Amino acid sequence: MNRALAIAAPVILVAVLLAIWEQACRALNVPAYFLPAPSAVAAAAVNTAPLLLASAWNTLSMALAALVTASLIACSLALVVSLSPLFEEAVRPIAVALQVTPVVAIAPLAVIWAGLDHPERAIVGLAAVVAFFPIFSGALTGLRAADPDLERLFDLYGATRTQRLSRLRLPSAAPFLLEGHKVAAGLAIVGAVVAEFVAGSGGAQGLAWRILEAANRLQTAKMFAAVLALALMGAGLHAAFQLAEREILARWSGRRR
Amino acid sequence: MTTVVAALEEVEVDYAGRGKALGPFSLTLAAGETLALIGPSGCGKSTALRLLAGLEAPSRGRAVLAQGRGETSLVFQAPTLMPWASAEANVALPLELAGVARAEARSRAREALAAVRLEGAEAAKPAQLSGGMAMRVSLARALVTRPKLLLLDEPFAALDEITRRALADDIQALWADLKPAIVFVTHNVEEAAYMAGRLVVLSPGPGRTAIEAAVEAPMPRPAGFRTTPVFRETAERVSAALAQAMAAAA
Repeated sequence: MNRALAIAAPVILVAVLLAIWEQACRALNVPAYFLPAPSAVAAAAVNTAPLLLASAWNTLSMALAALVTASLIACSLALVVSLSPLFEEAVRPIAVALQVTPVVAIAPLAVIWAGLDHPERAIVGLAAVVAFFPIFSGALTGLRAADPDLERLFDLYGATRTQRLSRLRLPSAAPFLLEGHKVAAGLAIVGAVVAEFVAGSGGAQGLAWRILEAANRLQTAKMFAAVLALALMGAGLHAAFQLAEREILARWSGRRR
Repeated sequence: MTTVVAALEEVEVDYAGRGKALGPFSLTLAAGETLALIGPSGCGKSTALRLLAGLEAPSRGRAVLAQGRGETSLVFQAPTLMPWASAEANVALPLELAGVARAEARSRAREALAAVRLEGAEAAKPAQLSGGMAMRVSLARALVTRPKLLLLDEPFAALDEITRRALADDIQALWADLKPAIVFVTHNVEEAAYMAGRLVVLSPGPGRTAIEAAVEAPMPRPAGFRTTPVFRETAERVSAALAQAMAAAA
């Protein structure tokens, strides 16, 4: 497919949809609190841009802090678990329970534990819980993904446990770790937003708080602007991780695209 | 007196749930000897090779192995290289795992790569090499420790005919230089007759020696060896024995 066309197609589709939306709002006289026209959303976005940017940064920094926390815990745990099947048996039910429990359900608890004065701690903690599983599962799969014949060669050459880990298993895990972090980055933002909603306090002042605030005041255009900022931020983060993954893998395997 | 590099004495291997894979089977390898293990799929050839490498222990019988780190080397069907490491780093691996200083290991790796005609490919990653080049890197890694025993597990299986023949000649040239004992596992009788001084045919699983044959010609094989009467006669005799062993098992 023509590359220019591939880029243009979604842009054209979005433009057409926006045009239909705009015209429909005008023609049907839809009240602004119910569904603001795209032009009204754009105006709200421009007017509240500084506030939205600051809030986006708050949400992003909490999501990134959660990602780092989740990564440290998940990678260390995966490393320990990969060395001991018994430990894996012990940890697996807890990890699965953590994955299947909706973050909304444990959010109030996290808010209490973090203290009502520190909603950002609860938010980071909850987002880390959501981001934990894909990293843990990717790391564990990766640490076991080494070529069995290479494992045999390491046996034959009398490699120590440390040599096997650092020279075979960790490098073999790299593609899985990257994929896990990419998925976790998106989930960390979802986790941060959900946690912010549940914390329900303006203490953290992230994008979710902007949405809540605008909703309480029936300022629907501002809500849309905040949602738009959230979507753009998520897409940007995903694209950054995708790019990093592609670059690192290209170096890893020596395949330049 | 000939020095024995490794020996299998009446070994048998059982796999839980799959029954007996090999044996009873005996084999003695003299220093510098080239031996081919031939047999159909599933006859236990690769199991015998893993026993010789010390990667598996026999269920019964005894395996006497080459002692010392790096004295036994193994080349698999696939190049089995670390995809993230350069050709040089792949070849240096056995030395670095044994604690040889990095600079020395790398310099010896470059020499080993040169010996398999891969000068200039030191920095290439496996994905940047052709199948034949990757196999030669694998061979260089096996030889960098100057092993006394080189085990080759169907190393030509994934290569085209021209690359096979080139690699067969490479292995013989390297053998002439280092004189390791070689055990070459294959299901191709002609390849075996070309590569080895002694051929051992295994019967279908559990593998036992069906026939042993010597190829009365000097190693490395001279040019045009594949057209000589010795080669044709040995290949035909061994092929017939293999067919007979298969028929007896069927």
